[in-house]
Formats: sequence, C-alpha cells, structure tokens
Amino acid sequence: MNIDLSPGIAKKAPQKKQADTEPSAAETQPLPEKAKVPDMDAATAPSPEIASRPRWDEVSVSQIVPKMKAEDLHASFGSSEVIKGISLPIAEKLVTAIIGPSGCGKSTFIRCLNRMHEVVSGATTRGKVFLDKQDIYDRDVDPVRVRGRVGMVFQKPNPFPTMSIRDNVLAGLRLNGIKPKDPDGQVEKALRQVALWDEVKDRLAKAGTSLSGGQQQRLCIARALALEPEVLLMDEPCSALDPIATARVEELIHELREHYTIVIVTHNMQQAARVANFTAFFYLGQLVEYNRTQVIFTRPKEQRTEDYITGRFG
Amino acid sequence: MSLAESVASRGTLSKYTHRKLVDRVVRALCVLFTVIAIIPLFSVLWYVLVRGIGGINLDFFTELPKPVGEVGGGMGNAVVGTLKLVALAGLFGIPPGVLAGVYLAEFGNTKFGGAVRFAADVMSGVPSITVGLFVYSLVVVTTKHFSAMAGGIALAILMLPMVTRTTEELLKLVPESLREAALGLGVPKWRATLRVMLRTALPGIAVGIMLSVARVAGETAPLLFTAFSNRFWSTGVNEPTASLSVNIYTNAVSPYEDWHRQAWAAALVLLLTVLVLNISARFLVRTRVRAR
Repeated sequence: MNIDLSPGIAKKAPQKKQADTEPSAAETQPLPEKAKVPDMDAATAPSPEIASRPRWDEVSVSQIVPKMKAEDLHASFGSSEVIKGISLPIAEKLVTAIIGPSGCGKSTFIRCLNRMHEVVSGATTRGKVFLDKQDIYDRDVDPVRVRGRVGMVFQKPNPFPTMSIRDNVLAGLRLNGIKPKDPDGQVEKALRQVALWDEVKDRLAKAGTSLSGGQQQRLCIARALALEPEVLLMDEPCSALDPIATARVEELIHELREHYTIVIVTHNMQQAARVANFTAFFYLGQLVEYNRTQVIFTRPKEQRTEDYITGRFG
Repeated sequence: MSLAESVASRGTLSKYTHRKLVDRVVRALCVLFTVIAIIPLFSVLWYVLVRGIGGINLDFFTELPKPVGEVGGGMGNAVVGTLKLVALAGLFGIPPGVLAGVYLAEFGNTKFGGAVRFAADVMSGVPSITVGLFVYSLVVVTTKHFSAMAGGIALAILMLPMVTRTTEELLKLVPESLREAALGLGVPKWRATLRVMLRTALPGIAVGIMLSVARVAGETAPLLFTAFSNRFWSTGVNEPTASLSVNIYTNAVSPYEDWHRQAWAAALVLLLTVLVLNISARFLVRTRVRAR
C-alpha cells in the first residue's frame, strides 16, 4: 500500500506546467472545492454501500473491484488494428479516466465497452470484455441489451432534433418500446440529476436543440441516465463545451459517481486529474500505465507517461 | 531586366478598362440567354391561362363530356380520374420507393446496393411511353381490359426511382451522430432507422414525394394504353378511366371547336395543380429551414 505524497508536493509539478500552456476550466472558473481536490471527495457523503468498502484512495489497482473488465482486447478498422491487446479493470462506482494523444485508441476502447465499435462497417474486435461476470462479446449476448446497461455520452451533444426536451429524456425508454410508468417524475428526476431541471422546467415542450451546447450535453446525459444504466461511458463529453459548461459537467460527474460506474475519455489532463479516481494512459493502442489518478500525475512509473503529462508530446 | 521592367511587363494599368468591358459583355450575354430560357416558360403559362380560363366553370368539374355536336358539358370524370390515378400511383409507388431508399441509405454499400442505385438512375431516364407499353403487355393484356389500376401501376413505376433516390439522399443528410445516439441508448437498429433517421428526414422526403406526384400527374403517354379513356364516370379501379392529360390529347386532335376550348381548360387545371404542388413543396422546405 502506498503512503502518498500529498498532491501539493508533486514531483515535477506537471500540472502547473500545463496550466501555462492550456488555460482550462480550473483557471477560468472557480470550481467547488471538491472539484479541485477530487481526492477528498470520497469522504463527502458516501453512500452506505461505498462507505463499507475500503476508501478508494487507499485502493491500489490490483485491489479494484471491477464492474467491467477488458481482457486482451483487440479492435480493428478493416486491417488496421487500433487497440492492440488491452487489459483493464474498471472500478465499480468510481470514475476511470482514459488519457492519451490523438489516435491512441481511447475512443475506440470505450466504444468497445458497450459494443458501439462494431456499429461502424468494417470494425471488428477480438478478446473479452466482462460486465459483472458476463463476457459481453459472448456469442449469445445481444449488443442491444449491453447498450441498455452501459450507457454512452458522445463528444458532440446529439439531442434528437425532432423531439422536445421532455421527449429527449424519455427517448431511450420510448424508442425501446417501454411505456414510461411515471413520465413526468422520470423526466424531472433525470433532469435534476444533471442539474438541468431548474433551467428548463418551464420549457420542456421546446425542441431539445434549442438549448445551449452545455445544456444539450447535460440533456444527453439525462437521456442516458433515464435508462438507469449501470455504467456510463463518456467520450470527451466536454470537448465541444466552454469552460463554464465544462465545469458543470465535471461537477455532475462527481455527483453521478455515487450511483454509476463512469469511464471518461478526455484530452484534457487537468480534467482527468479533477474528476477521475483512476487514470489509464494509452499510447498507440496499448495501455502504458494504469494507476490511481494521483499517482499517474505525480509519480508515473513509465517515462512515456511522464513525457505525455508534462507536455513533451501529444 | 530590372524589377521595374518586369513588373511593368505584367500589364499596364489601362488593361483594367478592357477587363471591365469583357465583364460587361459576358454579363449581358448571361442575362440575355436567361431571358430567352424563361420566355417559353412564361409564354406557356400565359397562353394556357388566356386560352383556358374561358372554359373553366362549375360544369367543367362536375359534368360529363357532352356528345359530339352538343355544346357544354365538362370533364368531371377526368378530374376524378386523374385524382384516382395519382392516388393509385402513390399507393403503389411511395411505400416501396421509401423502403428501397431506406435500404440504399442504410445497407446500400454493397454491390447489390450499387446495382439498385444504378437501376434507379437508369429507370428515371426511361421514356414514359416505354413504361406504358410495359404495363400494357403486363397488365392490360393479361386482364384483357384497360383499367385505372393499369394506369396507376404505370405512374407508380415512373415515381419509384424518384422517390427511392430522394429518400436515400435525404436519409444520408441526417447526421450519423443521431444514429449513434439512438444505438447508444440500446435501441435496435431497425427502430433507430425508422424512428430517428427516417423521422428526422421525413419533411424533406415529403417534399420529394410531392414533387414526384406533381411530375406524374401530368403524364399522358403511359396512360394512353393503360388507363385509356372514358366518356363516362368510372367506378372502381377495373374500368378504363378518363384523365385530364389524355383528354387534352384526344380533345386537341378532334375537329370540334368546343372540345378544343375544353382541352385548354383541362390544360390550365393540370398546370395549376402541378404549380400548386411545386410551390407548396418549396414552401414546406422553406418553413422547415426557418424553423431550424
């Protein structure tokens, strides 16, 4: 078990260096205290279930209780392999960030976690991904059912343009032929979860696309949450958002991790540092390093990780 | 050569006058030919209006044609007949056309898809009288009589490639991210296609369908030996049926003055119908764009 240096005594102060080159939400927008110091966050109002487990910041990678687990996963587009054998456990009800330079396979990897990768023609996978004890690539597993349990939020907000705000939230249920039992309650609950309720409660009948970019993205998160997934995959959810909207979404991730297992792909290393409990560094389709976020950003074991987070490449 | 000389050799400033002149001449030519191109369109509109307006009255829409020699009567049966034929064409042409378009847009990246696309493109260039002959030998000969059904089928065959290609093109305009959004919510692909992709493209597809209806409403050749014509009211779809376009032809080649007058009236009604369909389709597109 590691006895960690406090985050303030970072070995190379990599975060400060990046702050100079890449002003981000943290600098432009005062975040709530917990957003700045994710490490302290587990102590704030944990659910009883979480409280009974070892504190996450004392858990090392080898002790992760996996909700999902990739085992020797390969993924290709046609003949070019973009994921070259990745094994990675995803901790239950915690946030896992995946970082790495463009084209390293981050997005492809999380698209493999809910079988969205194969939607593109010519895309194939090899290897196993477990959701609880079930291999989702098993022959008799229906990918459509997997996607119901492992929800996804995309890079660009994509509310359905033909639907109102309200119908967008209910879209996951209705498009699946499920009649919502308490539509009003479900809409309110999902929108409250993403802190959008107060902003839109008076115009639920307006088009989902009439909202601002940040609101649209939170609407898309609400839409995913309305299906009550167990895992939420977020593919660079803030890359199309301004710093204020980014801060809202990050706050949201903090709140959501009490109930959901979250995997977030991000280009923004400060964001990974702010929101994630664990961070995986991908490079050229391989997992270079995986550890507690704090360790990755303060004492990376691999030279390549250190080079990346200090901004030497990528 | 000094720098100053080389700059000067690129052309004197006075060339500007020359270029302005060329610009004016070419622009004038463009305007001239545009006007020449529009003249036939407007003269047709004007001529049909002037010649046809006199024949338009209530009788035209409600009465049957009078026997030769008697003045008056109308083309009520042909107005109803055209509506019936267009309705049949829509019934047979729109559902397969839309579904074929969905197929091409969703699964069309195969050799078969390419072949279908090519066939649709070729089909939209087939002369309409050929389609009439085809339906004649296929339907009229086997059933041994002309019928509204045969006419409707002929028009449907003409509509099919237009509807198919419009549907495909408009579905391809729907952003892929919406499909991903739906699939990401655990929606099966067929439902995502129908309820998200097709739903989003629907206004545009409706416009395409209206335009193709307008196009076939005025067709004459494929009806000559399929729906044929009828001097009386026809009931059902198994009888020969009058249509405005065929009536224009038969009346126009007749030697009777009163029939000519009615042919012009029929032409005007047909023209206005097509015009209204076209304009409302355009209007639909515009309001949709503004709503965005």
